[in-house]
Amino acid sequence: MGIESALGEGYLTTRIDTLVNWARSNAAWPMPMGLACCAIEMMAFAGPKYDVSRFGSEVFRFSPRQSDVMIVAGWCSYKMSHAIRRIWDQMPDPKWCIAMGACASTGGMHRCYGVVQGVDNFLPVDAYISGCPPRPDAVIHALMDIQEKIRNDHSVMLDT
Amino acid sequence: MKLNLTPELKPVIDGLAETFGDQLVDIWQSTGHTFVRIVPDSITSVCRYLHDEHRFIYLSDLFGADRFTTEERFEVIYNLLSLRDRHRLFIKTWLEEENPVVDSVVEVWPAANWFEREVFDMFGVRFNNHPDLRRIYMPEDYEYYPLRKEFPLLGVPGSIDLPGTTPDME
Repeated sequence: MGIESALGEGYLTTRIDTLVNWARSNAAWPMPMGLACCAIEMMAFAGPKYDVSRFGSEVFRFSPRQSDVMIVAGWCSYKMSHAIRRIWDQMPDPKWCIAMGACASTGGMHRCYGVVQGVDNFLPVDAYISGCPPRPDAVIHALMDIQEKIRNDHSVMLDT
Repeated sequence: MKLNLTPELKPVIDGLAETFGDQLVDIWQSTGHTFVRIVPDSITSVCRYLHDEHRFIYLSDLFGADRFTTEERFEVIYNLLSLRDRHRLFIKTWLEEENPVVDSVVEVWPAANWFEREVFDMFGVRFNNHPDLRRIYMPEDYEYYPLRKEFPLLGVPGSIDLPGTTPDME
C-alpha cells in the first residue's frame, strides 16, 4: 500500500498480467465455425435475447485473423476437418476453442465412417458443451469458463 | 402373381413385355408400386424406350443396394416418374459381385450423373460411358466402398487423413 499512498488519489496499482487478462477475457471475439444445427443455437447466443455482448463477445468475426475463440458447432466430417484446422492455424495466438454440442465433442449420434469422432482429434479444445443442441445458456457458460481460464493465465509475465 | 395395373400403367407394362420380352426377368407389385427387373445389358435401351415412348421424363432417384447374396449381389434401382400420366415405375437390375458394371443412363436423363457417381462411391458399381465417373462424397484416393455390408460401421481406422496438429513450417 506504500506506493498507492505516495501516488495519491486517482491511481491504483495492479499486475500487468491482471490488466492484460482483464482486457483479453472481456473481448474474446468468437470465430463461428457453424457446421450444423448447433449453429442456430450459436446465433441465438449472439442475438439480443441471450446477448453475449454482456461478456464482450458480441463481435462474431468471420475472419480468423480477427478472432480469439473458435466455436466448433456441429458435426465435423473428415473432409471438413482440414478446412477447420487451416482456419485454426490462421488465428493469431492467444486463441481458445469451444467444442459445442455432442457431435463436436464426441461425434455424437453420427457414429459412422465419415464423421470425426470429436474435434479434439485435431484441435486443442478448451471447453466442451454437452447437449444436442445445447441451450444458448450453456454456450454462455462455456464462454465464462474460457474467461476464467484467460484470467488465470500468465499472459505477459513469465512464471519464474 | 396377378398384377393389378392402373389403366395408365397397363400400356407401359404391355409395351415393355412386347418390345423386351426375354430381357424382363420379373414383374411384381408391392406397397402400391410396380417393379420391373431386367437384365443389366438392356438397361439403356429399356430406359430410352420408357423415356421416349411412355414419357418417363423424370428420373426421380437412382440408387444402389447390397443384397449380400453369393450371386448377383449388387442391385441398381431406377425410380422413374411420368409427369404427364402421374405414375411411377421402378426398374431394377442385379449385378455380379466380382465385376459390377452396368451401362450409364446419363444420355437418357442427365440427372443420373451425380446419382451414378454416388452409387459408384458407395458400392463400387461402375457405369459404362459415364462422362465423369469420380467419387462424389469420399476422398478420391479412398480405397473402400462404405455402404457394402462388410464395411465396418466406424470405417477403417487411419484410412482417411486427419489434419496435422502442428502448423506447417514453411
